[in-house]
Amino acid sequence: MDSAILSLLGAFLLSIIGLFVFIWSLRKGLLIENPAAASVIFARGEIGRVDDPALTDAGQQSLQDAAAPGDHRAPPGDAAELRDRIESDRSTAFPVFMFVAFACFWLIVGSLAGLTSSIKLHAPDWLTQQAWLTFGRIRTVHLTAVLYGWITNAALAMIVWLLPRLLRTRLHGAVWTMLGGALINTGIAAGIGAISAGWSDGMEYLEIPWQIAVFILVGFVFVILPVLFTLVNRKVEHLYVSVWYMVAALLWIALLFLVGKLPGVHTGVQQATTNWWYGHNVLGLWFTPVSVGAIYYFLPKIIGRPVRSYNLSILGFWTLAFFYGQVGGHHLIGGPVPGWLTTLSIVQSLMMVIPVIAFSINMGGTLQGRMHLALYSPTLRFMMFGGLMYFASSVQGSLEALRSVNQVAHFTHFTVAHAHLGAYAFVSMVLFGAIYFMMPRVLNWEWPYPRLISLHFWLAVAGISIYFVGLTIGGWLQGVAMLDAARPFMESVTVTLPWLKWRSVGGGLMVLGHLVFVGHFLAMALRFGPTRTGAALFAHNNELELAYGK
Amino acid sequence: MENEIKLASGAMVALGVATAALVVMPYLEVRDVKPPPQLKPYTSAELRGREVYIANGCVYCHSQQPRDRNLGPDQARGWGRASVPGDYYYDKPHLLGSMRTGPDLFNIGARQPSKDWHLGHLYQPRAYVPDSIMPSYPYLFTVKDAKEAQAEGEQAVTLPAGYGPNYGQVLVATPEALDLVKYLQSLNHTYPVLPAAPQP
Repeated sequence: MDSAILSLLGAFLLSIIGLFVFIWSLRKGLLIENPAAASVIFARGEIGRVDDPALTDAGQQSLQDAAAPGDHRAPPGDAAELRDRIESDRSTAFPVFMFVAFACFWLIVGSLAGLTSSIKLHAPDWLTQQAWLTFGRIRTVHLTAVLYGWITNAALAMIVWLLPRLLRTRLHGAVWTMLGGALINTGIAAGIGAISAGWSDGMEYLEIPWQIAVFILVGFVFVILPVLFTLVNRKVEHLYVSVWYMVAALLWIALLFLVGKLPGVHTGVQQATTNWWYGHNVLGLWFTPVSVGAIYYFLPKIIGRPVRSYNLSILGFWTLAFFYGQVGGHHLIGGPVPGWLTTLSIVQSLMMVIPVIAFSINMGGTLQGRMHLALYSPTLRFMMFGGLMYFASSVQGSLEALRSVNQVAHFTHFTVAHAHLGAYAFVSMVLFGAIYFMMPRVLNWEWPYPRLISLHFWLAVAGISIYFVGLTIGGWLQGVAMLDAARPFMESVTVTLPWLKWRSVGGGLMVLGHLVFVGHFLAMALRFGPTRTGAALFAHNNELELAYGK
Repeated sequence: MENEIKLASGAMVALGVATAALVVMPYLEVRDVKPPPQLKPYTSAELRGREVYIANGCVYCHSQQPRDRNLGPDQARGWGRASVPGDYYYDKPHLLGSMRTGPDLFNIGARQPSKDWHLGHLYQPRAYVPDSIMPSYPYLFTVKDAKEAQAEGEQAVTLPAGYGPNYGQVLVATPEALDLVKYLQSLNHTYPVLPAAPQP
């Protein structure tokens, strides 16, 4: 049978299946909107009340005024449910603080390593005397520290903090969570040490030697079990969409890591496909669902309005789950792998447009008429920027998988720019916003210098913009030069040089932002700075409930 | 949506489909691939050199997968014919790479067989390619007194004029550097392969 008939048959079967799914969903009432499920994140009577713990009292008030002009006394919400929430927050405070502290530490390590490797690309004789500082190692230290150290720790902090809130219960077995966190971070530290010393498994994203990876995997199991236990002991009926994204992501990353690191199984070309199955799924089935789940919680919560369409968010979840897992093969277009595999990955990369559009429509609808609140709340700004960049990086990624675009972009810095658009402009910005939101609740203390939050935001935005625009241009020029057989290879190197320098400038701003962020975090944890009572502060335990509703 | 069983099983099915497509199917398809007759297994020195290649992250700037002519001028640049799965029979871990900050190295052993060139180029790439942005690897070499090196029977690395150490001193490659160069020299996949059998 030739391929034309096969693809026609495939399309026919798909549309029949689609029809049945549609009929089934009508019967199940899935197309009827479900505002109750979307409102799970609010206590009874709390809708309409803005919430940004990172703001001062006055800031919170002006945010409320901007959200609902004229309505000065939004109700505080049901007291019993607020008490439940405080109970949840108390049960998670220790593990969340631990994860965030680790995340901050690795963020500094990772971004300094990143800046060093960026400079090394245009100053190749800088810091060459020590083996651990060579580009190939310090670059990998950067990747490991930011992906596993920063993003994974911050993501775990967010999951551990959010799930008990959403499930209206305490975190069951918080001690095990902390043990898991300790194991994971032991593994990360040992992995970074090993890579610096030249001991690496040699595959991108999977460099941590498998002997060390055992620690990380066991750590994940210790984090997952309390989460599942909390899940089955929940006190709500509806599982909010963030729960879907986050629980699924936890299960996915543990299995991905297990299969990817299995020693002695993968070999040759098959190892390459497994490598990229893992490499892209770390982004697609771990970072992305966690961050999307976070936006689904924080954004509606800050503006005090439930998400527009709960069903659209579920559609987004399942399409992401089914399409994203199979896109990894687009990293091997033109490589020595079966043709059907790259074609499958290209098709699924384009299908990723569906969950992205579902998300964007939903968020656009939710924010409708309240975009201006970003002026009042830096936390919201982080979330909105992250959400927008999710759209941008996903659409760019889908296009990049097309053979014609991939031909130029493959093997160039264009891909590096794209990776940072996803991991930084989208994921990291969401995580920053989440940490700004969570920490006052975790520590019962206000952010001491709210202006620093804005400063951090603008440094990060300026940094990633310069980084992304510069490297995208440089990478594209590099790809075009490389495809032209009449131009010597060295031209594809020299053409990138000015853009590599711009990358270092952007990276420098990002590092500066991180120093501000982590310095602010330390000041908060060590109780430096002015002592203020305000929106975020409710240290006096007797007043805790009232403060929540204030 | 209120059932955690649905959530877990759905998530696992989704991942299962992806794993089947990207891990299991290639495994079944590549399992029976035989190495081309002219492809020799790596010697132990070459394998040690391969470890040096991995330890120093060469793969982050150098691919090992020349593409077909209709995807890029890889062959015209002298990087060799498009690679086939059999070429990687002895590669563990794979080093296909995803960046070409530097050129593809799948056939560097055929393109540049000179040991002296490789050693000197590792010590200072800009002595050979003026605009190169490849890092120099001084830590893979030791500077020794010329007489001492001669007494120990060490072979000095020959460098272009102006790049060597001070007068009376010579540059000696460490065993790691020598192994690495042996590995680079072994990267020669210029033998012919049959095109993939047409699908029945």
